[in-house]
Amino acid sequence: MNERKIRVLVAKPGLDGHDRGAKTVAAVLRDHGMEVIYTGLHQTPEMIAEAALQEDVDVVGLSILSGAHMTLFPRVRAELEKRGIGNVLLTGGGIIPAEDMQALEQGGFAKLFGPGTPTDAIATWIRQQMEKRFAAEAAPRGTR
Amino acid sequence: MSQPVPPQSSARDSTARATGAGRAQLSARQLWEEAWQVAQMREGRFTTLSDTPLKPLYLPADAPVEYERDLGYPGQFPYTRGVHPTMYRGRLWTMRQFAGFGTAAQTNQRFKYLLEHGQTGLSVAFDFPTLMGYDSDHEYARGEVGQVGVAISSLEDMQTLMDGIPMAEVSTSMTINGPAPILLAFYIACGERAGVDPAQLRGTVQNDILKEYQAQHAWLVDVEPALRMITDVMSHCAVKVPQWNTISISGYHIREAGSTAAQELAFTLANGMEYVRRGVAAGMSVDEFAPRLSFFFDSHLDFFEEIAKFRAARRIWARKMRNEFGAKNPRSWMLRFHTQTAGVSLTAQQPENNIVRTAVEALAAVLGGTQSLHTNSMDETLALPTEKSVKIALRTQQLLAEEHEVAHVADPLGGSYFVEAETNRLEADAERYFLEIERRGGVVPCIKAGYIQREIHRSAVAYQQAVEEGRKKVVGVNAYVEDLHAKPEIELLRIDPSVEAEQCERLARLRARRDAKKAKAALDAIRDAAKGNPNESGNNLLERFVAAAHADCTLGEIADVLRAEFGHYKEPKIL
Amino acid sequence: MPVVDPSSLSGRLVAGDRGALARLISWAENGDPRFAAELAPAWSRVGRAWRSGVTGPPGAGKSTLVNALAGRLRATDKRVGILAVDPTSPFTGGALLGDRIRMEERSSDPGVFIRSMASRGSHGGLARAAIDACDAMDVAGIDEILLETVGVGQAEFDVMSAVDTVIVTLCPGAGDGVQAMKAGILEVADVLVVNKCDIAGADRLATDLEDAVAARLSIARAAKQGWQPPIVSLSAALGNNIEGLVEAIGRHRAHLERSGLDQLRRARRVEQVRRVMLEHLGERLWGAGGLRELAERALAAGDPPYDVAERLAARVLRGANP
Repeated sequence: MNERKIRVLVAKPGLDGHDRGAKTVAAVLRDHGMEVIYTGLHQTPEMIAEAALQEDVDVVGLSILSGAHMTLFPRVRAELEKRGIGNVLLTGGGIIPAEDMQALEQGGFAKLFGPGTPTDAIATWIRQQMEKRFAAEAAPRGTR
Repeated sequence: MSQPVPPQSSARDSTARATGAGRAQLSARQLWEEAWQVAQMREGRFTTLSDTPLKPLYLPADAPVEYERDLGYPGQFPYTRGVHPTMYRGRLWTMRQFAGFGTAAQTNQRFKYLLEHGQTGLSVAFDFPTLMGYDSDHEYARGEVGQVGVAISSLEDMQTLMDGIPMAEVSTSMTINGPAPILLAFYIACGERAGVDPAQLRGTVQNDILKEYQAQHAWLVDVEPALRMITDVMSHCAVKVPQWNTISISGYHIREAGSTAAQELAFTLANGMEYVRRGVAAGMSVDEFAPRLSFFFDSHLDFFEEIAKFRAARRIWARKMRNEFGAKNPRSWMLRFHTQTAGVSLTAQQPENNIVRTAVEALAAVLGGTQSLHTNSMDETLALPTEKSVKIALRTQQLLAEEHEVAHVADPLGGSYFVEAETNRLEADAERYFLEIERRGGVVPCIKAGYIQREIHRSAVAYQQAVEEGRKKVVGVNAYVEDLHAKPEIELLRIDPSVEAEQCERLARLRARRDAKKAKAALDAIRDAAKGNPNESGNNLLERFVAAAHADCTLGEIADVLRAEFGHYKEPKIL
Repeated sequence: MPVVDPSSLSGRLVAGDRGALARLISWAENGDPRFAAELAPAWSRVGRAWRSGVTGPPGAGKSTLVNALAGRLRATDKRVGILAVDPTSPFTGGALLGDRIRMEERSSDPGVFIRSMASRGSHGGLARAAIDACDAMDVAGIDEILLETVGVGQAEFDVMSAVDTVIVTLCPGAGDGVQAMKAGILEVADVLVVNKCDIAGADRLATDLEDAVAARLSIARAAKQGWQPPIVSLSAALGNNIEGLVEAIGRHRAHLERSGLDQLRRARRVEQVRRVMLEHLGERLWGAGGLRELAERALAAGDPPYDVAERLAARVLRGANP
């Protein structure tokens, strides 16, 4: 039997084209053994949520540098909910003022990362979160 | 840190001198080399920011230069030492702070503030919907209107933006690419409405679509039709708007996306040469349009490498234009450029440090002979800059110009063995990339195959790894770190969400008010010209855009016609 | 057709629920036994979708072709499923799956389901997961399945042997025709595509391929029940002659239906049964039989590996209880 891999969707909502961070993080997560689906630029919240559904990802990571995070991030979250996958680990980063980060973290985002965050820290955090989740999922079923 | 004293210092020389008599036969160089062998060095790798190894000392043999051929005099071929004979004694560089946010009226206020504080040119930053050719009321624009720049959807918006600003006197730079010809049309029409003849307008439109596909990613249509619109702009402006810089060929975004200095240099100049080829292919002579091409570079953290980059850029361009493209007009050989300090070098941690970073980067641009300069504000990694931080950034330039006595001598670092060696090295690196791009069929096939994008991505990842492994230090991030959660005590500029609603209402009123028949006819005329042979007179798209601007067609309406006629661009997969 | 509980995952799959389909594919990839359990009640629905595999060297424009083909099929109201396989890094076990970028117009179309799959690397694992994913799509009511892989390794080869129509994509320059012939991917082709037909060298490539196909006609005919692979020149990026490819697939389909499609598919299922059974058997015998310890002991004693293997096999076949 294969081992279960962490599947991550890395997406850029909105119109900004700054994908240096998103692509770098995608490459680093790959190097940490994850399966990373990269959607490309200029994605609507609907497109992101639909991709997350079809790809059955464990994690959705959004990157934004356009200042539109308070509009677009909650919309992504709502679209995920609408498709019954509101429980994915939702995270993101970009140029986001601290108080907006707090607001979003209260609104369903597990954690947001600001500029200068080491990519290793992001990868490690995702791995830890997912290990907890995988363990919780496996526990009630017991041994198969 | 075991030995902070650099090996070539006088302290080291005296140690060498103090030894026995037999050593007197050794040459000074041998003594230095011997001292060098036994010296202890600091930990770490001694490389440029782009990871090129550096020697501890540069000697004449490291910098082979034939003076007249490789350096020459300021204002003379190959312009290594600058494009003007007098450099900054004749005229200081233009201090041009990029600004724009919210509505046209708000940005108009910021422009007036900057002009009052001694800024000498305008530079418009647009919001993402405008950069992507969508009106403020488009579904894709939700949440983005006015966020990172000003929203301009129509001639009316442009008129508000320029209200009370003397368009015949001020020079304006517009940072826009995919829809650049449309925004230029709004500007021309705005001037005409104010009684300013297009021939009097001075300024620059970035209009560099190739680097959008490579790095910045704000495109409108597929590559070939986008290039056709650019030649339309070049040919129209050559006749009607002769003082306008029709393209600002930009390395800035390539660098900000993560490239090395050599890649920035190589890809930018390769793009420049591609535009020249396109202009020639469209039936113009090189000297008709090449004098209106200008450049835009990043000034990054590595002081000497950046200065060398600017010098190499001038030399390469001059040689290519004269020797390969046969340009006869010296103005075609001159690489004139704008510089912006490196946004990516700024940190959200300890943001006040950004003032110092920016000052050093700005100094490199000045010593490298820039024609105009934007200095970043310290708070730009947090949000849009406030008035106060913008003022400090502008003052940084004024300090360099007025206090530090650095603007009196042309190319003051020319002749430095180190700087000449770096200039030679960067030129050679760029030439290698030119060959590789040619081998792959040219710039456009390289874009379609994702080659250039992949090269940039690899450099970005390599740099990130260097930072995370501590090989490259970033103060506040991996050195001299303070509490990560300490909130910076910086006031943030926020865009009022009402801006978006206000813009949408303005647009609705405009659409209701205008002559719908005239607007439709103008859009139809654009469609016809887009379908028609671009080389036939009457099919120049910029001309049609100006007419559409006067008919109050909006940016999004014009862009929709182009998207439908010319097709979308799709990113290649590069990861 | 047996009734499937609509609230179960298989019930949702039969109803075309995209979340259910996505989850089943994950289980297939993970080798999770819940996959087989959920697919079984709906098994009778498998076999309606047509499965085309698109392969070819890197840079041949496979994703763009799949995107264009999907667009064309959507114009005739077919429901389309895309399975895009990308390699797993052998060093880190991770993968970057970026094919959705090239399929952006399709991603907001409710008639298209796109799934990226990493090759993961265990022997036969990819083929098994890919076949399972196709079966799940088939049950979910997808009419046309397009399976895209880089045509290089044995794993990808195995995948291609499990589809109905193999489309080998080449383009002038990058995916050199001669290289392709050497690599042996022409032999598996049911349809040959010369992509980027607008650029220089495309005509030459098409001619070369015609010659190559003609030269191998006798072998190919025998292996493919008399089918001669047609060569379709098109431009996926410009959308030129995609209908030519659709038509070629249709002709191949008609040919197979005439010459015994059921038999062919059954032969593939027999092969699948053989593989799955051997895998199960191997795992159970190796895991439960203490064979590892026996092998280690024998090898430590200096016995040659083939002798050890033979002795252990004989022991299992005798039914010895180790």
